[in-house]
Amino acid sequence: MMRYLAALAVLVGFAIMPEVIGEYYVEIMILFMINLILASSFRLITTCGDWSLSHVVFMGVGAYATALLAKFLGWPFWGTVLLGGMASAVIGLAVVFPLLRTKGFGFFIGSFALGEFVRLIWVKFHFPFGGPRGMIGIPSIELSDIDFYEAIPYYYLVLLFTIACLAILYRIDLSRTGKVLKAIYADEDLSRCIGINVARYRAMAFSVSAFFAGIAGVLLAHRLGAIDPKNFDVNTMVYLVIWVVVGGVGSFWGPLIGVAVMMLVGEAARPLAEWRPLLFGGILIVFLTLLPGGLDSLMSKVREMLDKRTADGTEKI
Amino acid sequence: MAILEVKNLSKNFGGLMANRDLDLEVEEGEIRGVIGPNGAGKTTFFNVISGVYKPSGGTIKFDGTLISNLSPDKIAGLGVVRTFQRVALFPNFTVLENVNIGRHLHARESLFGAVFGMSKQKEIENLEKSRQIVDFLGMTEHQDELASNLPYGLQRALNVAIALATEPRLLMLDEPVAGMNPTETAEMTRIIRLIRDEMGMTVMLVEHDMRTVMNLCDKITVIDFGEKLAEGLPQEIRANKDVIEAYLGAEDIVA
Repeated sequence: MMRYLAALAVLVGFAIMPEVIGEYYVEIMILFMINLILASSFRLITTCGDWSLSHVVFMGVGAYATALLAKFLGWPFWGTVLLGGMASAVIGLAVVFPLLRTKGFGFFIGSFALGEFVRLIWVKFHFPFGGPRGMIGIPSIELSDIDFYEAIPYYYLVLLFTIACLAILYRIDLSRTGKVLKAIYADEDLSRCIGINVARYRAMAFSVSAFFAGIAGVLLAHRLGAIDPKNFDVNTMVYLVIWVVVGGVGSFWGPLIGVAVMMLVGEAARPLAEWRPLLFGGILIVFLTLLPGGLDSLMSKVREMLDKRTADGTEKI
Repeated sequence: MAILEVKNLSKNFGGLMANRDLDLEVEEGEIRGVIGPNGAGKTTFFNVISGVYKPSGGTIKFDGTLISNLSPDKIAGLGVVRTFQRVALFPNFTVLENVNIGRHLHARESLFGAVFGMSKQKEIENLEKSRQIVDFLGMTEHQDELASNLPYGLQRALNVAIALATEPRLLMLDEPVAGMNPTETAEMTRIIRLIRDEMGMTVMLVEHDMRTVMNLCDKITVIDFGEKLAEGLPQEIRANKDVIEAYLGAEDIVA
């Protein structure tokens, strides 16, 4: 009951937020929600033990796909968002296929190399990707009479997509499929010997995760109006890793908390200007050494302590 | 007809011949023991049959199907499931969740189904079956505990429960009573017998505990230096000169 009320409160909060905060913060919130989709989809791969260093590249695949389709072919948004996600999922499958032979560190580095390969295609091919300068003049979204060039309508569109994407990812996490992924992480040999096709599940997790990164990319491209390969390089990827490490991947909520906290820190640290990356690096090191499970593990620790305290209390009575 | 037919099976690791020209036939409904001194190649033999290692030579047929070059999950899908010598379980899952993951082969959930909850009925059935298996192993009171919090004996029992959940036709147990105290050993022996008698599974086990093997097995195969040394009924094996020699050394026989 409490849980439903909390969820309702969050939803209502998000729904009325644009009325309360200024336009600048509406833009920030749009980015925030896109990052939620990105971080949550990234967690899906990590549940089976694969840490990819190419996830933002798949965001780029979605972004480039929608830009090309909308700009050159004049496709409507519903078509480009679906195809953007699909393109990402298919390229994800092609990228993960050779990586299935690797694990851990090998997977991490291999995914970086293959991601760079995809990214360098955008850099090298001026037609149609626009080379290093990327693509400009990506049309804004028009659906029936609403012009999504304005921030507030766009906010609600992204909110809708965020709810849908997170709901699907949440269902996957709780399903048998989600458990199988965690089982693979916990004991790969045992998983195999009880009939789990480990390679198939890892590939599926990677591809589904790329699909949602692609959707996030579509939403980003139409908001920015211009994209270039730098948007999706390893720098951005490192920020994603920091969000997810700070939040922790132990539960579905960890990465979401990580994005929220680190974007707040980022905003608060704006006066630090060029010193900000140093701060983020410091935070990453602190979390990796002192709290490897992220904020998520901290919360469950606190909950455990509270449970213990109440249990002790009742015993005394 | 034999349910498992192994012919001329060899496995080399570089120059080391871990298994050499092994022949073995296990009849349906049998409890077969595989014994031998340390390093004789028993676990390698298990690993090759379950697909963890590819054989260097020879063939393995299960129920007439050639399985020697299949992956472990395919072999499990055909009904050959093994346990591990180590404690092999999913530590962050509860006992019931562990067993329910073992129902994987009977689940077949699609991604679409996962999102829209379409396999609910099937999952209720799987959970019910998992409960029965937990109950069968006498772990019902522990079913909601995390596997990592169980004492050693129960963790070993859970290993067997996960394997049982796949409903194999041939269950291969790698040292099922290793490290157990006498009470736990007796209980596990009883359970293995029930697995054959009530669930109708064929069982093959590697074990060092001679009493358990002699008690439990219909037939015993002895491996030494990767080769088959002897095969027969427990009383035959106990009286076999070669076997005694392999275990105790030749001088003891003369003396």
